[in-house]
Amino acid sequence: MADLGERTLDKAFVMRGLTKTYGEGRTAVHALRGVDLEIGRGEIDVLLGPSGSGKSTFLNILGGLDTATSGEAWFGDQCLTEMNDRQLTLYRRNHVGFVFQFYNLMPSLTARENVELVTEIAESPMEADEALHLVGLGKRLDHFPAQLSGGEQQRVAIARAVAKQPDVLFCDEPTGALDSTTGRAVLRVLQDVNERLGTTVLIITHAAATAAMADRVIHFADGAIREVVINEKRLAAEEIEW
Amino acid sequence: MVSPLHAKLARDLWRIKGQALAIMLVIGIGVALQVMMTGFVASLSQTRDAYYERHQFAQIFAPVARAPEYVVNQLREIPGVGAVQSRISGMALIDIPTRDIPVSAQILSLPTHGMRHLNEIRLTAGRKPEAGKSAEIVLLDSFATAHNIVPGDQIKVTLNGARRTFDVVGTAQSPEFIYYAAPGEMIPDDARFGVIWIGRPALAAALDLEGAFNEALLTLLRGAVEEAVLEEVDRVLAPYGAPGAYGLDDHPSDRFLSEEIAGLEISATNVPPVFMLVAAFLLYIVTSRTIQSEREEIGLMKAFGYTDREVSGHYVQLVVIIALAGALFGCLLGVVLGRITVPVYTTYYKLPFLLFRLELSSFTSGILTSVFVATLGGAFALRRVFKLMPAEAMRPAAPPDFSKAGNVGSNMMRLLDQPSRMVVRRLFRQPWRMLGAVAGIGAGMALSLSMLIIYEGFDTVLDRTFNVIDRSDAAVSFTHSAPIKTLLELERLPGVTQAEPVRNVAVVLRNGRRSHAGAVTGLSPDAELYRALDTNVAPIRLPDKGIVLSKPLANLLQVGIGDPVLVDIREGSQLAVTTRVAGIAESLIGSPAYMDLAALNRLMTEPQRVSGAYIAIKDGAEAQVYAALKDMPIVAGVSLRREAVQAFEEVMNQGAGFSRFVMGFMAFAITFGIIYNVARVAQDERARDLASLRVMGFFRGETAFVLLGELGVVTLVALPLGVFLGSGLTNLIAAGFSTDLYQIPVVYAPKAYGIAVAVVVGAAMASGWLVWRDLGRSDITLALKTRE
Ligand SMILES: Nc1ncnc2c1ncn2[C@@H]1O[C@H](COP(=O)(O)OP(=O)(O)OP(=O)(O)O)[C@@H](O)[C@H]1O
Ligand SMILES: [Mg+2]
Repeated sequence: MADLGERTLDKAFVMRGLTKTYGEGRTAVHALRGVDLEIGRGEIDVLLGPSGSGKSTFLNILGGLDTATSGEAWFGDQCLTEMNDRQLTLYRRNHVGFVFQFYNLMPSLTARENVELVTEIAESPMEADEALHLVGLGKRLDHFPAQLSGGEQQRVAIARAVAKQPDVLFCDEPTGALDSTTGRAVLRVLQDVNERLGTTVLIITHAAATAAMADRVIHFADGAIREVVINEKRLAAEEIEW
Repeated sequence: MVSPLHAKLARDLWRIKGQALAIMLVIGIGVALQVMMTGFVASLSQTRDAYYERHQFAQIFAPVARAPEYVVNQLREIPGVGAVQSRISGMALIDIPTRDIPVSAQILSLPTHGMRHLNEIRLTAGRKPEAGKSAEIVLLDSFATAHNIVPGDQIKVTLNGARRTFDVVGTAQSPEFIYYAAPGEMIPDDARFGVIWIGRPALAAALDLEGAFNEALLTLLRGAVEEAVLEEVDRVLAPYGAPGAYGLDDHPSDRFLSEEIAGLEISATNVPPVFMLVAAFLLYIVTSRTIQSEREEIGLMKAFGYTDREVSGHYVQLVVIIALAGALFGCLLGVVLGRITVPVYTTYYKLPFLLFRLELSSFTSGILTSVFVATLGGAFALRRVFKLMPAEAMRPAAPPDFSKAGNVGSNMMRLLDQPSRMVVRRLFRQPWRMLGAVAGIGAGMALSLSMLIIYEGFDTVLDRTFNVIDRSDAAVSFTHSAPIKTLLELERLPGVTQAEPVRNVAVVLRNGRRSHAGAVTGLSPDAELYRALDTNVAPIRLPDKGIVLSKPLANLLQVGIGDPVLVDIREGSQLAVTTRVAGIAESLIGSPAYMDLAALNRLMTEPQRVSGAYIAIKDGAEAQVYAALKDMPIVAGVSLRREAVQAFEEVMNQGAGFSRFVMGFMAFAITFGIIYNVARVAQDERARDLASLRVMGFFRGETAFVLLGELGVVTLVALPLGVFLGSGLTNLIAAGFSTDLYQIPVVYAPKAYGIAVAVVVGAAMASGWLVWRDLGRSDITLALKTRE
């Protein structure tokens, strides 16, 4: 295991034989059936695949939200699959940002406060205002989620995720609830973050066209990786055909 | 096939099982109390009635000094009178070998003939005295048991100054002595309350009452007016020195038993509804939460064409199942608790038997009220179902708007970190929900607090009565009123450090139509051992004119300071004199009236006489003093303060101790039920927010703060409210349950407040812990998958 650890140092993530099984016996669901993959630092990777193919499960395990049934997952020299709850929490706190389909903002906090929620506990965060400027919401700082549109809420969620200057950004269908224009704007923000901060970005999407903005496209099928396609050239978010 | 809605129902119930259990517990306790208390009422009153009837318990009691036997015929002629019977009643002293001082006992004549008679005794062992055997007696069962006396034993009795040995041939109970307590005491003490039954000729000879009687017992015919008969009886007996006839209402034993039954009836109608209201409130919270989180499902069902009725019906079922389960549990619990506690009554009330009687009506009414109340609680929440338009319900819910709450104390906000802001905003954003929770917890606390204060009150009764009012070591009563110089004899006894005079005179106090048959206690104005206290618990210096009434007595007669009161003296001079109320005294047991001894004697036109004394005894000299008192013929009885205190404490630790425990448990259950539900609903509502916080890297403890912080604030705000409501409730209960027999004091009891606060805080911590534990188990990803 030690040699695996050394080999992972130049990678953001290295996974070996990762499986996840929900339930037992006859009702058991094999969400992941042995995933081997390496993800480079600073990459934008897009995860595609039919519904139920295990994309979210995979992302959740990498993000420290869920535990694997077997196999290993390394983040640099840290073995995620051996961490306890406390260590996973610290990992999320210090290294990871999440963006979900349904934004998951705190309705009782303003946009700025939602971001500050994270900057308060992060190691070297940026200013909350700066993060909101980054996503183009510099003028809506003191609005509550109920006063923002869906796209704006999602951008607040991204600001919240990037404000801690995370090493990795996990996005599970970030544009799923948005129209194409707004969706593109959100993807643009993700691209900006990747370029400016060197953040590794993993995006799950059902819009196959999104794949054009990725360094690599990872195709999931039935709990395993079917193929990994490397893009010679990344498109800018605006250029994506929806 | 199970319909999908039924499957949903089962899953919903399982999901909220903790809350459902808590609510069932609250309903269960309410129903159990009702079943139990109505059962007690039925058990006690039916047993009492049967006992009275079978043993021909008299309805009118007419004591006289001495009346010739033929007067009985005059009494029989009074319209409305059924049976009349004369008897002889007196006081005796029983020597108990194991005790230093004799026990004063009542001695009653038994008719010689074998016919059924009034106040028939119920033999528990042995037999009645045989005709002509003047040494044979029957002893009160409880007294005999307390002293291990059985038929065949002999006891020494001092009767009218002469000491004789009697053969105990039987032990018995009597409807006359179901409840008894020494005068001025509240708690029965079997060992110190003796009754001797003896053949009439023997007693007549001993008391010089041959061919005469000193008490008449009467029954009333159906439809007779008791007041009118009493008046006639008094008229007939007036020439023979009658202090006044009285009915069952003034009979000490029946009085206590009837008060108990009446008190139980009040509790049975008033206490269970409190639990029901709390349950309704909790069901309201749970239903509104369920409906809120299922607005999509509701919209969907409506879109499919389900009517409002059908949709609501689904949720009503949920509520009714909880209510029914709670009610059934309550019925069962009520029966079990009733069976267990009913024997406690037989230690206070000497009934021949006492079975716990189930009142089926309490089952049905318990079940019906729970279902009704539950439906009511649910229906309030269900109004929203009707308002919800299908389309609206299926649109993704907008996040709740906190913008209005955002302005609240924005300066203050700056000082808080984000999680604290979340707590504060939510409190302000949903003020009604929060106030509801505060009110609920406050009400629960009020309930525990008032129970605790009232139990603390018993300690106050004990303390006031035995440390402030009565500071003597023993009360000595004389066989008849004696010259005041008798006191000197007492003072001279070795070991006696102090002796203070007392004169108790039987009187009827009247103000217009209001009257109270009791006694006036004459004390010396500068008394130290036994004192009247004013309402501030400071000793009253008895004025040389006028009468000082205890508060309950003043209330009963509706008189205040300066008002005239007619003192109708029922012994000696038999005068009726008007005097003025000179003061109001505090009293917790009984309703005494006090006068300056000299003033009382002037009223009686019998100067310088006393009927007893309060004495203080040097430490260690008790035995010596009792031995000396035993040999004084004038001494009718000695009651020891130590023994009275002991009897009181014993009762507090037995029966009352058990109900203290039960009440404490119930108070905790109700408080816990409320807090737990509030916490669970909050957790449920915040599940997504909490999961998001976890995703962002907040630790479980930090996440819990957002939830438990809210619970903490609500609990803290509820505490002062609980104290306020609790004090009010205590006053209500105390006012409602105080009678002229005993008063429930409302005292400031720091311990009670401490315990009540601890109960609330404890319940909050227990709920918090349960929620916290769940937070650790819950799957972060699950909460994020769904959209609320
Ligand atoms: N908590 C769970 N319990 C049981 N099975 C689960 C659970 N979560 C996911 N699964 C199953 O695991 C498999 C993979 O689910 P996953 O959410 O990873 O799919 P996905 O690729 O993200 O699908 P989608 O594109 O629809 O979001 C599915 O078959 C799903 O039913
Ligand atoms: Mg998914």
